[in-house]
Amino acid sequence: MIYREAGDFKTTYRDDSQTFPIRFDRRAYYALVAVAFLVLPFVMNDYWASAVFVPFLIYSIAAIGLNILTGYCGQVSLGTGGFMAVGAYAAYKLMTAFPELNIFFVVLLSGGVTAGVGVLFGLPSLRIKGFYLAVATLAAQFFLVWLFNKVPWFYNYSASGQINAPERTIFGIIVTGPSTPAWSKYLFCLTILFILSWVARNLTRGEVGRTWMAIRDMDIAAEIIGVNPLKAKLTAFAVSSFFVGVAGALFFAVYLGAVEVTEAFGIQKSFLVLFMIIIGGLGSMFGSFAGAAFLVLLPVFLKNALVGGLGWPTDLAAHLELMIVGALIIVFLIAEPHGIAALWRTAKEKLRLWPFPH
Amino acid sequence: MPEQLLFAMEVTLNGLMAGVLYSLVALGFVLIYKASGIFNYAQGVMALFAALTLVGLMDGQVPFAHLINATFGTDVHHFGWHIPALPAILLTAGVMVVFAIIVERLILRHLVNQEPIILFMATIGLAYFLEGFGDVMWGSDIKKLDVGLPQGISETIDTVTYNWFGYGFFIDRLDIAATLVAAILVVTLTLFSQYSKQGRALRAVADDHQAALSVGISLRFIWVLVWSIAGIVALVAGVMWGAKSGVQFSLSLIALKALPVLMLGGFTSIPGAIVGGLIIGVGEKLFEFAVGPMIGGATENWFAYVLALVFLVFRPQGLFGERIIERV
Amino acid sequence: MLDETEEGHVTEDGRQIGGVLMEMRNITLRFGGVVAIKDISFDIRKGEIRAIIGPNGAGKSSMLNVISGFYHPQEGEIWFKGARRKPMKPYQVARQGIARTFQNIALFEGMSVIDNIMTGRLTHMRSGLFSQALWWGPAEREELENREVVERIIDFLEIQHIRKTPVARLPYGLKKRVELARALAAEPELLLLDEPMAGMNVEEKEDMSRFILDVNDEFGTTIALIEHDMGVVMDLSDRVVVMDYGRKIGDGPPEEIRNNQDVIDAYLGVAHD
Repeated sequence: MIYREAGDFKTTYRDDSQTFPIRFDRRAYYALVAVAFLVLPFVMNDYWASAVFVPFLIYSIAAIGLNILTGYCGQVSLGTGGFMAVGAYAAYKLMTAFPELNIFFVVLLSGGVTAGVGVLFGLPSLRIKGFYLAVATLAAQFFLVWLFNKVPWFYNYSASGQINAPERTIFGIIVTGPSTPAWSKYLFCLTILFILSWVARNLTRGEVGRTWMAIRDMDIAAEIIGVNPLKAKLTAFAVSSFFVGVAGALFFAVYLGAVEVTEAFGIQKSFLVLFMIIIGGLGSMFGSFAGAAFLVLLPVFLKNALVGGLGWPTDLAAHLELMIVGALIIVFLIAEPHGIAALWRTAKEKLRLWPFPH
Repeated sequence: MPEQLLFAMEVTLNGLMAGVLYSLVALGFVLIYKASGIFNYAQGVMALFAALTLVGLMDGQVPFAHLINATFGTDVHHFGWHIPALPAILLTAGVMVVFAIIVERLILRHLVNQEPIILFMATIGLAYFLEGFGDVMWGSDIKKLDVGLPQGISETIDTVTYNWFGYGFFIDRLDIAATLVAAILVVTLTLFSQYSKQGRALRAVADDHQAALSVGISLRFIWVLVWSIAGIVALVAGVMWGAKSGVQFSLSLIALKALPVLMLGGFTSIPGAIVGGLIIGVGEKLFEFAVGPMIGGATENWFAYVLALVFLVFRPQGLFGERIIERV
Repeated sequence: MLDETEEGHVTEDGRQIGGVLMEMRNITLRFGGVVAIKDISFDIRKGEIRAIIGPNGAGKSSMLNVISGFYHPQEGEIWFKGARRKPMKPYQVARQGIARTFQNIALFEGMSVIDNIMTGRLTHMRSGLFSQALWWGPAEREELENREVVERIIDFLEIQHIRKTPVARLPYGLKKRVELARALAAEPELLLLDEPMAGMNVEEKEDMSRFILDVNDEFGTTIALIEHDMGVVMDLSDRVVVMDYGRKIGDGPPEEIRNNQDVIDAYLGVAHD
């Protein structure tokens, strides 16, 4: 009965175009943000931070990024892992070359560098469409990973070929390096996710977002009504790569601390993020979060259930995880091609009418 | 003849042989794409799965042994028998047909009329499932596959080329066998699609779904048929590749290598798949030979994709694809 | 036939027809060996409703695609607002003030009605990526101003009730109307309508005819349209071009076209040699 839009009249177009048009949603959102910022940091421990929260926050950023390109603009990319690697290595080079540069700006600049690389690999999208483009993005994936593996300049000629994040602080709080406390990793990633998802929301609800969706739904018609397809696609590539690059920088600098490129940013990563947005919902901000949460939690859950509960060996659990993820993707595509976000929307529509559905 | 040129010739020959295997995987893609418009990402994993099944049958492995042991605390692993190569291959082909039927029943049937991209993603899901399933069923350790194909350096070619050029070419006999098998497979498939009733139905569906349906061709039957054929092509590719470098996960990655092959050749052209495969095979070997040492090597990881990317920018429809006229 | 030098006149029902807005000169368009349009010239005057008619495959849609810059003719010149138009991309044409609808509705199926119509405004929107990312300030102001324009068009076309509906859920007739709304949202100088009444019942056709006349009358928008329904064409348009097999076989006011022997032959199917 609380979940109503009746009586919640919009008198301006401004009110009408806000993010959460229903009052209950708005309040739930404020409550969630308050808990995330004010409560969780105080109860955060190492296990929850490294198994669930930090990867969830970082993958959410990557998923939003890929969703902008694939879900909103309709350009399928299999290069996410490669672009995350660009973000990670850009962060590493910036951190080691400019030790006094604040880590916050390092992360944003890494995103900027990735945006540039993304635009470069997005250029062929004007000529290449659909599957062909998806395969073309594999060129980015394999070439970039190879590049970071083979050119010693990128890993500062270290003997192991690994990159290690040095210690950096914000307001005196350590956020990168081996001695970072769990809560500060969490809070740093949360802050960046909060800012970036607000930016993504603004972009997708305005003119840029509509241009992207127009290209996605019917590129020829879009061009005829005045969309410059090259500009639209390249901005999508740029913005998307920026997000993915920031995610890569955080993944390396904050989450893992040390990275070997083929292991951390291989083709599997590209698929993982793609699955997040398929399961979550293409072209939906909520879907990006839902998909990231689902695929971060699923292995944790399976591991606890199969290894912890049934005492099965870990490799068997890993294989079952592959099967379950694969099967879930198929089930989702058959039952609800628009993912968790669409299920959620349907549930809300029902709830809005409950308990008087007629 | 200068030595460099001889090396290059040898590299080219080896590249051609590798290219044949790429073509073989690409062929499976083309078949399914032509008949159902589905871009089957799982083709490579199908090759892996087929090879795993073949090894498992030949060695008499107990399927799901790992799972059974974990659940019941038993210790089963082998039945203790060995099946000879030929019957095992036939049995595996049977498994692939059953797989095709299951795919049609459980997946394709429910995704009729969905957008191509949705179908593509479904096959990625299928690939994940099948990879996990193959591992659970047969275990994920690297397996040796020996179906009695000739192995090792071909002495004849070595001697002949040594007599001609004063430099013996190193050609693996397995590669020669693979080339022959691939050639036979391609000819058989071409004859099948040209002269058999099912083949004509197949081409009709590829040409126009609606029209084919209206003259009474069963789409479901066609789907099972092409997925079966693709499964058998995957089996052949799996056998060749498995015999060469063992049956392991990396086998499924050759599917990814088949993608640039398709981009070069065009998704709908069988000759395109073959020529594309040869170009990629030779191209990446020659590039690694000529440029690789200067830039750190292992360029085979990306060369095919970058080549396809550059090529597509100039010719978006591929080598043999038809030019697309856009309409509103 | 109107005098070419005439700088405008007033129609019987009191609408102002001005000078030449767009002129096609000797347009020839080929696809490979097939000639879709052969040496066609005609003009469109400011404020008029200009119809292009002809049997199936006459090249009408190709002509519209040439005007909107989607096809590039091999020969001939296009003049718009007194200047020769250099070969340009469709989106550049749109920015010159030419909007259109499509024969097979080309709406953005994944978006709501309001978002679809808002896309029509994008040639009028200026704020850059960064200001949109921040939203507050100029970007929001621009969004709300354009929303108001769009709401006026929604009122005009009487589609308030479906404002937030996803386009994919709409019936055919309403989709056609939303597509018209999107084209109108661009506030074009020249509006191209490709079979705006195809597949409609009598009632829907009447509605659509009324909207077309109102658009022309109230906003003074110049309209060029392709239509099969001869009755509708003769009632709506000021002048008619008739095409057959890629050639122009008639050009003039409706009453003149009605009595043109070539046109009658083309429609009644007299054998060509």
